[in-house]
Amino acid sequence: MKVDDNSEKNLLEEVIGGGGGRVILVEDRVETSGSFVLHHLLKSSFSSDSPPSVVIFVALSRPFSHYHRISKKLGCNLLIQKENNRLFFLDMLKLQCPGDARNNDNNVLVELFGKIQNAVEISSSLEYNKGYINIMIDELSLLEITTHGSVDEILNFLHYCHTLTSGLGCSLVMLNHEDIYSDALDRRLLSQVEYLADVVIKAEPLATGLSADVHGQLTVWNKGNYGENRHSRNNVSNFHFKVKENGVDYFYPGSLA
Amino acid sequence: MASPATHRPKPGNSFTRFIPSPPQPTTTTSSGGVKLGPNASAFISSGIPDLDKILGGGFMVGSLVMVMEDSEAPHHLLLLRNFMSQGLLHRHHLLFAGPTRDPRSFLGTLPGPSSSSSSSVEDAGRRSSSTPDQDEKGLRIAWQYRKYFGEKQSYESHHGKDINQDFCSEFDLRKPLERHLLSGQSIDCISLQDLPNLADLHDRCSTFLSGFPRTDAVGGDVGRIAIQSLCAPQCGYFNMDWDMLSFIRSLRGMLRSSNAVAVITFPSSILSPSVSKRWQHLADTLLSVRAVPDEDKDLAQLLTGYQDMIGLLRVHKVAQINTQVPVILEAMTYSLKLRRRRFLVLERLNQAPVDATGGGPYTSSGGCSRSSKSSPLDF
Repeated sequence: MKVDDNSEKNLLEEVIGGGGGRVILVEDRVETSGSFVLHHLLKSSFSSDSPPSVVIFVALSRPFSHYHRISKKLGCNLLIQKENNRLFFLDMLKLQCPGDARNNDNNVLVELFGKIQNAVEISSSLEYNKGYINIMIDELSLLEITTHGSVDEILNFLHYCHTLTSGLGCSLVMLNHEDIYSDALDRRLLSQVEYLADVVIKAEPLATGLSADVHGQLTVWNKGNYGENRHSRNNVSNFHFKVKENGVDYFYPGSLA
Repeated sequence: MASPATHRPKPGNSFTRFIPSPPQPTTTTSSGGVKLGPNASAFISSGIPDLDKILGGGFMVGSLVMVMEDSEAPHHLLLLRNFMSQGLLHRHHLLFAGPTRDPRSFLGTLPGPSSSSSSSVEDAGRRSSSTPDQDEKGLRIAWQYRKYFGEKQSYESHHGKDINQDFCSEFDLRKPLERHLLSGQSIDCISLQDLPNLADLHDRCSTFLSGFPRTDAVGGDVGRIAIQSLCAPQCGYFNMDWDMLSFIRSLRGMLRSSNAVAVITFPSSILSPSVSKRWQHLADTLLSVRAVPDEDKDLAQLLTGYQDMIGLLRVHKVAQINTQVPVILEAMTYSLKLRRRRFLVLERLNQAPVDATGGGPYTSSGGCSRSSKSSPLDF
């Protein structure tokens, strides 16, 4: 079953569901990048049928031009959104140098949170804004590097961001890598973030190797589905995907026409 | 003081000035060893024609290439040397950092371009059978497959994959690079042993990269950074995992906005598994090399042309800049061969026909050794 992503909801949107005030965690691996999920969420927050929402994008891995080009092909112009104060793009590519890292660890994250909070306040004061505020972090492991691996500081930072989600109805979307936490000792950050998250999306390569038609599989674990009366009580869904320039095809295993 | 009227050029003047301006790159190849690719990307050559072809054009400008070393064999140096030689040949600026005391001596080992370009063209034709005539000859038997060849060729030419002699030279590993190329240009050499603090290396890279700001117009200077064995023990970066990661992260950030490519080789085996994964995530293009053991009878039975192989190269990740579509390669593992002991060649692995009567360990896995985890080809 191929889902046309323009006309109706695709599998991923169906499984994630809607609503603000949630924490979404995207996990990927070296072999399969999960950033396309982020692009999808970025684009869907600006799409016309949802209430107009504001995105605060913390970019640590790519420059604005990269996201701009990708979104353009997805059918959304980030420059216009930026001018309309609906996108706050925080370019953190050159966050700091390795030399002075130890001295002002705290300041970096405090400063970053200050910027986020500032953007949240600006956008929530806007009159026309009736939608949600999405905070997107691409990606968490790079933030970890800037603090020289101090898990506590990251968790503090995320806790502060989380208070925004509960207080002001912001959504928090994070990208992180799953395979860098292979040691049991290092796993603390990942398990804490997984606990915080309402939706966990895992992008993995196929066990049978690379294929040109199927780029990998997504496992979506939606904890919010427990209470609701949905057509399936199973809150874990698994499907394959194929990334294209103008969207992503999602389909159940074996259903590709 | 001249009056403003004299400054204004005569119409004829401006017309003649406009005509001789060089044609802007409408083709895929532009001057200075830079080739335009899709999605406003640009490529520079890796110095190995086959590797350029595999990666869809070469190393993407503004990307970070990492090579995982094999602790037993110095195959990563082959990649590094060709990358540096190609840069010097194109008059790109070069920054080299190595773990030895005297990194400048490494420049003496760089290979020179093969002298007889005509023979190399002929060889290239023979090797990859890319000329249509040869395809015709080979297709006499299996004529019904002709359409697939046509498809493949149009795809390759569409993506600008055709090997251009100007863009990528073939290097003769037995011939040293000419002296004037080494002395005539600005080559920064750094010994990692002299820089106990990574902040210094960061500063050197940052000042080097500041000379090549990214502009929309193609052209201008291109920088190449080559760092050999960044985390090797002799560099003395003990207990500095986070410093090294931080250095790579900020190097990557700087590369994004500059007209340069950095290649870092690192011995991944001496890093802890999770740190090594972090390094791999930071790479835009990730390669690894592995030596093949001299007398591995299992492998020799499995692969044709095993005797000529010196190692295996695996492509883990190909840079994705300005696009979200991953590059899916036909194969991930390639064999490194030396043709006539001079030229570095990458070939798809050809599996020998399995001896049905033997009942060896690989007969069960048949032809899909890529997917089975236990195969010796996976690393």
